Amino acid sequence: MSQIDEQLRTELQRQGVWVTSMQDLYNWGRKNSIWPLQFGLACCAIEMIATAASRYDIARFGGEVFRPSPRQADLMIVAGTVTKKMAPQIVRLFNQMADPKYVIAMGACAISGGPFKQGYNVLKGIDRYIPVDVYIPGCPPRPEALLHAFMELQRKIDEQKLTGADKAEFLKPDQPSEFPVPRFGRHDLEPRANPNVFQPPVLER
Amino acid sequence: MGSFDFARDDSFFVMESLDQIKSRIEAAVPGAKIEIVQNGSPSQQRSLLIDNEHAVAIARFLRVDPALCLDFCSNVTGIDWLDRVVKKTTKVKTLVDGQEKEIVETTEEKIPGYLEAVYHLYSMTHKHGPVIVRMRTADRAEGTRLPSFTPIWRSAEFQEREIFDLYGIHFEGHPDLRRILMWDEFEDYPMRKDYREPDDYEWEPTPHDAVLEKAKQHYTPRPELDGAEAIVEPLKG
Repeated sequence: MSQIDEQLRTELQRQGVWVTSMQDLYNWGRKNSIWPLQFGLACCAIEMIATAASRYDIARFGGEVFRPSPRQADLMIVAGTVTKKMAPQIVRLFNQMADPKYVIAMGACAISGGPFKQGYNVLKGIDRYIPVDVYIPGCPPRPEALLHAFMELQRKIDEQKLTGADKAEFLKPDQPSEFPVPRFGRHDLEPRANPNVFQPPVLER
Repeated sequence: MGSFDFARDDSFFVMESLDQIKSRIEAAVPGAKIEIVQNGSPSQQRSLLIDNEHAVAIARFLRVDPALCLDFCSNVTGIDWLDRVVKKTTKVKTLVDGQEKEIVETTEEKIPGYLEAVYHLYSMTHKHGPVIVRMRTADRAEGTRLPSFTPIWRSAEFQEREIFDLYGIHFEGHPDLRRILMWDEFEDYPMRKDYREPDDYEWEPTPHDAVLEKAKQHYTPRPELDGAEAIVEPLKG
């Protein structure tokens, strides 16, 4: 793919000639039509619904089509507390989504377990089983925060390469698009985390 | 559209006292052993501790008796009582060296642990309540069995399932006793006081108190000092 000089491109645009690349066109289309999976888990889902309604209006960003089927969804907004009983179903839904797919972990619970972190029945963050693209802190986050996360995701999609060594993960055949579903164990979920996905930083103390 | 007159509505009346209820149950259910559990809190809300053998008969009486008519079971909850030692101090007068002295004796009483189910009963007909009913299991290990009140109050069904799930009390006569919150393969009873949750404290960015103690098990020790940090840049000039 031949690289066109950024200055030349803006100059051409000023003269009425619009030059683009396949990658830009493709990503432009993708980032402006992100269809989220329609599901909510707790109070964060209420904020997500508010974001989809007319006052905050996620349709301005091309994300208004909440799909009831994972086959048609591009984005999973994990909006709320993920209990250990629910976690296998979340991973299964994510596995059923078609590539390219993205995850927003919305709120303190989806990030880390939040106020229920020390409980026996709440997963300490959905990133233990599936890769998360954007984290939004808050309890629950405001609709503006979800829109900000949505824009961050759009920026991330826009920067993905289609060719070359540093191309997007979903284009690499050896990268997994499905993740092992945890099983219900006798005392906890088995395994407790997917080590290929969840690598917490090691702190020396 | 008439206004609601509390004074004229004869369905509002004060419920009889717990002692009266106790004596009436004892008359209606022969052999029933009932104890009134005192409550030291400001509410002074006392409750009836009933024996498991006559529990269903007592419950049916509480529901159908025209004066009580406790037709609404509002809440069912469980309590875990661990083994505990109660110290009692008594002053005893004894003769020491020919003189009478008062000596404080302490006796220890070991009370084995048990599980408890507590029912809060109200009357929709008479608009009174609550009458609080307790039942206790024999122990915390083998004999965690209690009669179910679901055949008498349908609203107890899910709450008894929840107690079974979280405390491990088996309600005999329950139509569908399964776990309700945790998954079926789960074996522990998380609301018991001796429950140990799984150790998943490997990533605690800001631990404190009890979490800090658990997180310390996963800490990576600092690398050994090699002497380099002791070298100080010499002053110039």
